[in-house]
Amino acid sequence: MRPRAAAIVGIGQSAFSKHLGVTEAEVAATAIGAALADAGLTPADVDGLCLYDIESTTIGDAAAVLGLDHLRFFSTHSHGGGSYCAVVLHATAALAAGHASVVLAFRARNRGRGSSYGKGSNEGGRPWEKIAPRISGFYQWQVPFGIVSPVQEMAIIARRHMLDHGTTEDHLGEVACAARSHAVRNPHAMQREPMTLADHHASRFIAEPLRLLDCCLESDGGCAIVLTTAERARDLRQRPAYVLDGVQCVGPAHHHPHDWFVFDRRRWMAAAAERLWGSAGVRPTDVDAAMLYDHFTPMVLIALEDWGFCAPGEGGPFTEHGALRGPGGRLPVNTHGGQLSEAFIHGFNNLNEAVRQVRGTSTCQVPDAELVFVAAASSDPYGAVLLCR
Amino acid sequence: MDDVLPPLPEPGPDGREFWDGCRRHELRLQRCASCDRARFAPRPACPWCGSLRAVWFTASGRGRVFSWTVVHRPTLPAFLPMLPYAAGLIALEEGVLMVGQIRGCDPQAVRAGMEVRVEFDDVTADVSLPHWRVV
Repeated sequence: MRPRAAAIVGIGQSAFSKHLGVTEAEVAATAIGAALADAGLTPADVDGLCLYDIESTTIGDAAAVLGLDHLRFFSTHSHGGGSYCAVVLHATAALAAGHASVVLAFRARNRGRGSSYGKGSNEGGRPWEKIAPRISGFYQWQVPFGIVSPVQEMAIIARRHMLDHGTTEDHLGEVACAARSHAVRNPHAMQREPMTLADHHASRFIAEPLRLLDCCLESDGGCAIVLTTAERARDLRQRPAYVLDGVQCVGPAHHHPHDWFVFDRRRWMAAAAERLWGSAGVRPTDVDAAMLYDHFTPMVLIALEDWGFCAPGEGGPFTEHGALRGPGGRLPVNTHGGQLSEAFIHGFNNLNEAVRQVRGTSTCQVPDAELVFVAAASSDPYGAVLLCR
Repeated sequence: MDDVLPPLPEPGPDGREFWDGCRRHELRLQRCASCDRARFAPRPACPWCGSLRAVWFTASGRGRVFSWTVVHRPTLPAFLPMLPYAAGLIALEEGVLMVGQIRGCDPQAVRAGMEVRVEFDDVTADVSLPHWRVV
């Protein structure tokens, strides 16, 4: 195994809700304050900052809100759900190279139904509701025809997965039900009512073949983590969640539907997965729990395939026999409830849950979890990290 | 077309030839002048061979449904009166995929492989949109 350069030593979050009624900057500050307190550190310790580039609280805003006056490393990473592993990787690289000693990363987003603070697409509310009357960029190739929102894009991808591989509504539903079975145990989850496959199949279509219960929540909320060097981590108050390894990956096709099927995703995905497992010195079968980006249920199946937990096309059957259900399933996935049932924080809450699993403090704890896999959004330029004890 | 317009293209240098073609009811595509592969959406270089040289040609306008969704929930106001509607990916004869609306049959009757032909809606004086009608 590789030497461990960095560890996540603090996690924090705001409340998760349909409408918090505060700015995204306040949500960010709340989550960051909780993460620093969890680590036993203060803003004065922070010299690195890694963010999503769509964060409305920019590097400068964060420095101003928190009074960060000696940042010496900061970076942003593009794409929403694709970013949360990348920020860990950037922070780890900075720590390993000595460019920072304590790095903050966070995501705060108010996208609940009641939340819309500004006209900019990153300022809260639903981005597609702010599409201008005249559009350029990739939107011009789909929005005029009625493919406007992510669920519609993912529905097209899901339909083809069903046609090519025999994936069923039961498979999609099991992803949602497994997530809910975990959320039922999690007092912070927004959706805690038990859910059955029948409930899933009875929920209304949003964009066929995807139903309401195939979709992530619309939430206000924020999450933050604090990373430091492995050496310093040992002296702090929490059990460190070491960053064993990570990788980023992108190819010519991501979520734009016109590109998704033209290029062979397997080429670069297989290479990225092999790079990760080879470099980390572990295999998918060694993983105790996985946190996979679950904006829509089919993308969990695709992530399972992309990262080698099953063969291409076999994500659906992999979900059978309670495989995704913690704490005892073959591969417990999103043991907090994920974006489907805990909250939609662009995946950052998946990261916090991965840390809890390594610490042994999840509300759906996998016994003696030592290795947790985290993957960002399979529909974006994305990546994965492995956290371990 | 309904009173409320959908967001419409504001063509940049890459897309202008395509959208100008639509106004003439011609489906214009790029083809790499080096490796001969057609591509969509328009872009400045060939994603397969890297060549910056491309030629534009008029596509046949024939294709087949590759994948689709039936949209039930509203998004932008322009699409409200159409619900539910079918839209998806059309595999053109020339080997490219293009997002489009699928017309001329019950949305529930759409199937993969269905033959479709392009048709153009003149939405404004300067924009015509290509849609796909089941043959």
